[in-house]
Amino acid sequence: MALHNRHLLGLQGMPKEDIQLILDTAVSFKEIINRPIKKVPTLQGKTIVNLFFESSTRTRTSFELAERRLSADVVTFTAATSSVSKGETLKDTARNIEAMKIDMVVIRHNAGGSAHFLSRIIGANVINAGDGQHEHPTQGLLDMYTLREKFGTLEGLHVCIVGDILHSRVARSNIYGLQTMGAKVSVCGPATLMPRGIEKLGVDVYFHLDDVLPKVDALNVLRIQLEREAGGYFPSLREFHRYFGVTKERLDKVGKPIAILHPGPINRDVELSADVADGPHSLILQQVENGVAVRMAVLYLLGTQN
Amino acid sequence: MTEKILLQQGRLIDPQTKRDEVVDILIVDGTIEVIKKSIPSQSDYRVISLKDKIVAPGFIDMHVHLREPGYEHKETIETGTLSAAYGGFTAVCCMPNTNPAIDDESLVTFVQMQGKRVNGGIVDVYPIASVSKGREGKTLAPIAELVGAGAVGLSDDGAPVYDATVMRRALEYAKMYNVPVMQHCEVPELARGGVMHEGKVSTELGLPGIPSIAEEIMIARDLLLTEYTNSRYHVCHMSTAKSVSLVREAKNRGIAVTCEVTPHHFSATDELVRSYDTNTKMNPPLRTQDDVEAIKEGLKDGTIDVIATDHAPHSLDEKEVDYIQAPFGIVGLETAIGLTVTELVEQQYLTLIQMIEKLSVNPRRIIGKDIRVQEGVAANLTLFDPAVQWKVETPAFKSKSKNSPFNGRVLKGRAVGIVNNGRILLY
Repeated sequence: MALHNRHLLGLQGMPKEDIQLILDTAVSFKEIINRPIKKVPTLQGKTIVNLFFESSTRTRTSFELAERRLSADVVTFTAATSSVSKGETLKDTARNIEAMKIDMVVIRHNAGGSAHFLSRIIGANVINAGDGQHEHPTQGLLDMYTLREKFGTLEGLHVCIVGDILHSRVARSNIYGLQTMGAKVSVCGPATLMPRGIEKLGVDVYFHLDDVLPKVDALNVLRIQLEREAGGYFPSLREFHRYFGVTKERLDKVGKPIAILHPGPINRDVELSADVADGPHSLILQQVENGVAVRMAVLYLLGTQN
Repeated sequence: MTEKILLQQGRLIDPQTKRDEVVDILIVDGTIEVIKKSIPSQSDYRVISLKDKIVAPGFIDMHVHLREPGYEHKETIETGTLSAAYGGFTAVCCMPNTNPAIDDESLVTFVQMQGKRVNGGIVDVYPIASVSKGREGKTLAPIAELVGAGAVGLSDDGAPVYDATVMRRALEYAKMYNVPVMQHCEVPELARGGVMHEGKVSTELGLPGIPSIAEEIMIARDLLLTEYTNSRYHVCHMSTAKSVSLVREAKNRGIAVTCEVTPHHFSATDELVRSYDTNTKMNPPLRTQDDVEAIKEGLKDGTIDVIATDHAPHSLDEKEVDYIQAPFGIVGLETAIGLTVTELVEQQYLTLIQMIEKLSVNPRRIIGKDIRVQEGVAANLTLFDPAVQWKVETPAFKSKSKNSPFNGRVLKGRAVGIVNNGRILLY
């Protein structure tokens, strides 16, 4: 079995059997990363370049671990975003990569479509590690893996994504992936952070968290960026926390358990209160663990394609 | 000890319950117990004859500057609500351009508490909170918290929300909490330096003018933003003919816009400024006869929803300076009914029912404080005489400030009392 595409650019339009294949493959890799010797020779001899134009510790580390555990040779470039001019540098970099005979590129960039751009001009497999506000497919996949692990299936699950939907690639990838797998997705956040036409993606839109909580099995809580307050999207972090913060009181009122996901890093007591983040229904640490397994699965499936 | 009041033979006009008839009303401990053609009087009733008077659902002035906190030399919540009471209003909405501005829930709470404390709490005070922090127009005020504390609307009045992105976000955000954004419509760079309407009179008087387009351009912009965000928008103190037609078109397109006009904008023109009396100076300024006509027509055809005074007290010392220096604003609570009856009802632009809609039903609907006049509900009533002729004497105003251009004018129509929150005030 193989994936239909030689790149992983996004979850929009990805066939259900491909998502299924990645999640199923990740199960075996999760077993591997729990062994004392966490290495398999699967991608030995392959060279993978991590091109991180946007700063990231968790995603980059997760990819590096996945790559090294598959025995690949890894090179990581990080570039300060302010000094990188869009497009031109990508093209230059792409040419260099071609010349150095790299097999796979994992790219994170602040412009939506950067992974698409790269995939059109180089021969290597391209994996999107997050392109601007557009998609973060491996995050979407690990979120789905985590939910499937918890609930046994994604079919019929109701997941609500909470927070700054407007700027979130995690939200978009989750919407595409979960819907393909038969889950129902809702979004909830301040109207000023809700993208125009989001309802056309088939999601229910809520502006009051208490209205949607009784209906969901799981929440995917997005990080609110402090720059958004400065950008005038909402009055203050205090107000955001009061009206959109996932707190124990809010969840207790619902009466039934709701699984909590968060892509990290958490702003404790802003979008998520500490007792929820550390509480019994939080799947946040599982997400991190599953992230390595899912990325190993993606790298394996793309790296061993023919 | 129960208090029983019998209002006898007043003409009850309540557009909400579609009533227009002469009745007796029995109020027991502040609640309307019986409304009937005739209620036999008992010995323990306080009987008040309202023959030839109108009984209406309590009027509300949804645009008032109470000046507290910070400018108590002009007016306080106590004097302002007393002025409202004597003007026939059982409620006011107060604007947040106080010092500090009402941009925090503690201030919303303060204003409400003061309203309950003064004058026996007979006039309800509903705070309008600011759209932006400090009314600076840069970042959103804590709107959810402000509404949670009791704010019924949002405005930076005195100033417009200038930045289109801030206005857009305010409209989107306020929509979640179902309060209107109420805009003081003015493009500051067009209005800058102006002290009266820009036109023939300002040219003759040699005073810098505020062109009509300063208001119209802002309204046009905001109507498009309102349409794009599918939200609620309210035009404060509308003053030009073109503004009226912009709102009319927008309403025809289904945009959720409401608007208010002040009594002075249908009762006077820029001709009044020839006296150089600074009691003719306000923003938006008195305009031309064509504008006055368009406003009257707009009230008549329903384009204009509300009559609200923009009661803006200033002390004598502040107003008794040259026309350029004088602050903008006039008081209006105690002349609102008189001007409305004289200029609109008498001149056949509005029926009494429509007058009550503009002064009570519509503003209450906009801020979510509807009332009814019916058995079983708390009595909230405006009692007025639609026929009495009286002369405006500004020194007798209950307001702390007397800055009105209508001193000496003979008006028809005046409140005779109000009933609200278990109290009755007759004067």
